[in-house]
Amino acid sequence: MSLLEIKNLHASVEGHEILKGIDLTINAGEVHSIMGPNGSGKSTLAQVLSRHPAYEVTAGQAVYNGKDLWEMKPEEAACEGIFLAFQYPVEIPGIGNAYFLRSALNAIRKYKGEDEMDAMDFLPMFREKLKLLEMDDKLMSRSVNEGFSGGEKKRNEILQMAVLEPRLAILDETDSGLDIDALKIVAKGVNALRNKDRAMLVVTHYQRLLNYIVPDFVHVLVDGRIVRSGGKELALELEEKGYVYEHEARQAMLA
Amino acid sequence: MITTTEQLQSYLENFTEYTKHAAGRDLGWLRKLRDEAFARFCEVGFPTTRDEDWRFTNVSAIAKSSFRLADKSETSVSKRELGGHGISEAICQLVFVNGNFSATLSSFASLPSGVKVNSLAAQIEKDPVSVERHLGRYLNIQRDAFSALNTAFAGDGGYVHVARGTVVDGPIHLLFVSTGNSSEQSPLMSHPRNLIVADAESEVTVVEDYISLDESVSFCNTATELVAGDGAIVSHYMLERENRQAFNISTLRMQQGRGANVSSHSVLLGGAIVRNNVHPVLAGDGGECLINGLFAGTGEQHLDNYMLVEHASPHCGSRQFYNGILNDHAHGVFHGRIIVHKDAQKTDAKQTNRNLLLSDNARIDTKPQLEIYADDVKCTHGATIGQIDEVALFYLRSRGIEESAARKLLLSAFAGECLDRMKPGAARNYVEKLIDESLSSFLQGSGESAGELKLGERELHWEEVG
Repeated sequence: MSLLEIKNLHASVEGHEILKGIDLTINAGEVHSIMGPNGSGKSTLAQVLSRHPAYEVTAGQAVYNGKDLWEMKPEEAACEGIFLAFQYPVEIPGIGNAYFLRSALNAIRKYKGEDEMDAMDFLPMFREKLKLLEMDDKLMSRSVNEGFSGGEKKRNEILQMAVLEPRLAILDETDSGLDIDALKIVAKGVNALRNKDRAMLVVTHYQRLLNYIVPDFVHVLVDGRIVRSGGKELALELEEKGYVYEHEARQAMLA
Repeated sequence: MITTTEQLQSYLENFTEYTKHAAGRDLGWLRKLRDEAFARFCEVGFPTTRDEDWRFTNVSAIAKSSFRLADKSETSVSKRELGGHGISEAICQLVFVNGNFSATLSSFASLPSGVKVNSLAAQIEKDPVSVERHLGRYLNIQRDAFSALNTAFAGDGGYVHVARGTVVDGPIHLLFVSTGNSSEQSPLMSHPRNLIVADAESEVTVVEDYISLDESVSFCNTATELVAGDGAIVSHYMLERENRQAFNISTLRMQQGRGANVSSHSVLLGGAIVRNNVHPVLAGDGGECLINGLFAGTGEQHLDNYMLVEHASPHCGSRQFYNGILNDHAHGVFHGRIIVHKDAQKTDAKQTNRNLLLSDNARIDTKPQLEIYADDVKCTHGATIGQIDEVALFYLRSRGIEESAARKLLLSAFAGECLDRMKPGAARNYVEKLIDESLSSFLQGSGESAGELKLGERELHWEEVG
């Protein structure tokens, strides 16, 4: 059974249809990349899958781990193992990073019927993950993302992912705004989490990230539809010819 | 003036009866103080919304009711009923039931030397000179009818005196209990009057805590004169958590000497109509004043905060921070007035009022008012009104935190800004618990797990734990 199977997904925000019929199947252990130009619906797909209430699903099915994804609230999707690394991580003054993360972990553990983790058990595990992302301990006593640099925010997303250990990780333009060193650290963090049970959906505009997080499948999203799918070599082709080529090819096909 | 002759008649009867057996009834100065205050109250009556200082708060519900003073003998409260209303490290707890001091409910367990705590009534009998030196010297009965009314009935409340250089570790807890034992009679009023005198270079924390034991209507009109001598450090807490029928008018008048550092923390969680007046006068050079507050209202609550900060000396700093959370039909008011007198050069005054409106029907009126008569000063003010940040809410939910718990976390973070301005210690821990309980009740009905994320853990510094 697939981990996620999407059929004919249509989604709108504020009455505008953004996704216009998406079919996508992701199996455990696979890394899929969604590429496409700005405004093609990449981030919308990421938000819809993490159940953002502002996006309305107008048609189509999504079965995640044998369950109807559209029936889930954002927190339920999270507890079922879906994790979204935000394109723009949110600053939340007054809530400490470490406390936030432990609360999230315990919410998920509780959902699964596991015992909550106290601070004593949480800390050693947490420190381990911090090391993986090469993050400064001091950041964790601050409020969530408050005063973080762009790179620190993105690393913090991957840190959260490392702690929460999702089954399906969706990375929404995690590479944007990162210099090459930060990109390598983020990729190292992500690659450390790749395993046969976990799937990833890497949304990106640029091929660059895919040099470090090598996908099994690449899908090209243009104007709310997947216009092409292929292996990792497709990303390189796109880099060379650009999205315009894809778009024109599609227009020609429709004509 | 909406006060009719009939209503004044009721106050007159209460006043006449009260002055027959009030503490210090034979003291000329005190009789004069009460008589003049009562005359002033009769002259002006209760304020109306035509009065600029009361524009957003209608007190006609108070004005049209006939309240009476409680008879000392009619109040029977057991110690058990007050369980859970204690501050763990308090050096003493004075309990007042409907305005009357209760010796049996109070405890003076561990008063260090240099600290005198007494009921004001007992202090008047024991050492009237110590009271005469301060009582009524600071509170202005001309500018506020409620202050006049309080002074007319001044006689009982907390008396705290801290001698020069004395540092008091634990807080002094003044607990004011409203209860309506004989419900068939007219509702009760009380006019607690507190006098807190911190001599030079002393340090003390005083907590005024107002609670109800039942759902009866009551009118508590309290006033506190707080005198901070040169270099004294005083923290004052005003905690209003009476029932949703209660009227509570409080005035804190602070007189600060040279280099004195006074913090006023107001936390308004209960009451039907609440007016919280805070009036510091920075009367000596280099004084510092922090005016910190949180008001959280729901249902039909009306929570009004009236700040009057007077800079009367050079080189003083004042910082006002009030956060409001308003739910349902609650109405909040923040009136921040700063007066910088002619000689108060180098004044640094700051004022911030932030508000969260949780429903379409909640309302906030916020009004800054600066009057500056000196020419070399820095005054800033700002107000914000917003809603729960939906983006932050989704972020929290996307990590597995249930919606009601996520809302509570965001509210706690907002309220936490006020807590962060309180000195860590027993008083702050006590307040933290009260706020946490109150915010949980805001979100009741939206899931059990709302209460699981405790505000108390919010600041948990993981490095300290490890």
